[in-house]
Amino acid sequence: MPDRNPSTILSVCDLNVRFGKNSIAAVSNVSFDLGRERIGIVGESGSGKSTTGRAIMRLLAPSAHISAERLDLDGSPLLEKTERQMGALRGKDMALIMQDPRYSLNPVLNIGRQVAEAARLHLGSSRKQALDETRAMLRRVRINDADRVMKLYPHQISGGMGQRVMIAMMLLSKPKLVIADEPTSALDVSVRKDVLILLDELVRENNSGLILISHDIRMVAAFCERILVMYAGRVVETLTRLDEAEHAYTRGLIAALPDPRNPVRRLQVLDRRTLETTPEATE
Amino acid sequence: MIKVDKLDVVYGTGRARNHAVRGVSFSVAKGETLGIVGESGCGKSTVLRSLAGIEQGWTGSVEFNGTPIGKLRSRDELKLSQMVFQDPYGSLHPRHRIGTALAEPIRSMGLGDGWSKVPQALKQVGLPEDFANRFPHELSGGQRQRVAIARALILSPPILLLDEPTSALDVSIQAEILNLLDDQRDERGLTFVLVSHDLSVIAHMCDRVLVMQNGVFLDEMTKADLRAGTTHAAYSQELFEANFL
Repeated sequence: MPDRNPSTILSVCDLNVRFGKNSIAAVSNVSFDLGRERIGIVGESGSGKSTTGRAIMRLLAPSAHISAERLDLDGSPLLEKTERQMGALRGKDMALIMQDPRYSLNPVLNIGRQVAEAARLHLGSSRKQALDETRAMLRRVRINDADRVMKLYPHQISGGMGQRVMIAMMLLSKPKLVIADEPTSALDVSVRKDVLILLDELVRENNSGLILISHDIRMVAAFCERILVMYAGRVVETLTRLDEAEHAYTRGLIAALPDPRNPVRRLQVLDRRTLETTPEATE
Repeated sequence: MIKVDKLDVVYGTGRARNHAVRGVSFSVAKGETLGIVGESGCGKSTVLRSLAGIEQGWTGSVEFNGTPIGKLRSRDELKLSQMVFQDPYGSLHPRHRIGTALAEPIRSMGLGDGWSKVPQALKQVGLPEDFANRFPHELSGGQRQRVAIARALILSPPILLLDEPTSALDVSIQAEILNLLDDQRDERGLTFVLVSHDLSVIAHMCDRVLVMQNGVFLDEMTKADLRAGTTHAAYSQELFEANFL
């Protein structure tokens, strides 16, 4: 991609996450650098992809132990920050877009107030200014009748619109890092594309870095410059294009997707036994 | 096998009136798999629920195997079709063991206590027999969906109605479930009606696809059409493009 900028926003080196006294690490030795680009993290449920995203935001439960050689946002280490300092960063410099807008929006505040809250907190706007900024931002995410939508509550809007509102709220303060955790899994296929294109457009406009977490490897490949494939808490492969996939797990994931243009009699399934017996091959 | 003529479903009256399904007609041959694709709210699940006998407010006519089926069904009529639901977390009773859940259809049809059929039913869907003593929360999503399929098949119905059977699952598990459904179809000569919003799943499984919007069918595509990307309506073209980025 031509607009790729070498300056690193997020640098992760040897990230490990363990829960409680569990001897198995949920995330082990994950390392990557994110510049002003879009990278995708792909894997099945339980592969540690969401845990990685949340560990970067420091949003894991207190029972989680996070350790890392390096976990720097814009050159300053995140793990040394106090909860108060993290609170100032979250939403301002780093934003998390979650899966289902029905659960991640506040059900008792109308849309206008929720989005305006982000403007007041992170941009220091006055009440009136914040409402103007909200209106502009909602139009930016292609909600045309912003004034009507601002008066609605989350249960009164559709999933696709909810996710747009979520994106508006998260990108209002132009964060440097956006983590989108399965942003379209709860949406209809026909809305999915619009939401992704919108997210992509805004991230490019703000010149931010995006981490797109999903189990759909084809979708991620369509939007990201690099793809990290995670299996059992480890990054098994980093790809720039799908046809470069070499690891058995990645190939299995791609083959498991039905493709109407190349129909097969039976879909290929992952051979978990061989995957589990050869974890060393991933190092 | 299935013949539906002018099926109409209306919810509510007055201002809250919602005409969910508007006079649809279709038929499915024996051993065929029909797909219905559309966005949320287009009425595709309502069609399926009417076929299954869950929805009773419909008008029109439904025939299974040449005999007309009424709204209130006899046991024999109910045994003709079984349904698999989208969410394997919501469709199994959380406080019933898997064995109880599997034996339930047999008990409710008055065919004995059903326990003797449980091990065979589990084995058929690729689960170990001792899963009968487990609770649903001790199973993964894919295993739970296998149980749901076993439960639907335990009465040996000729028709299986599938409502988004894999949308709550990972793509790798989705492949396993689709293969399982495929095997069962070949083995028992089942007739499927599969509802989904994911065209690639539909295209993999189905011989024929109906595209639904606002309660009516807009387009019909055969397997060859899907392969070539041929559509006959603007809306199905749109759906097609949205599916394949």
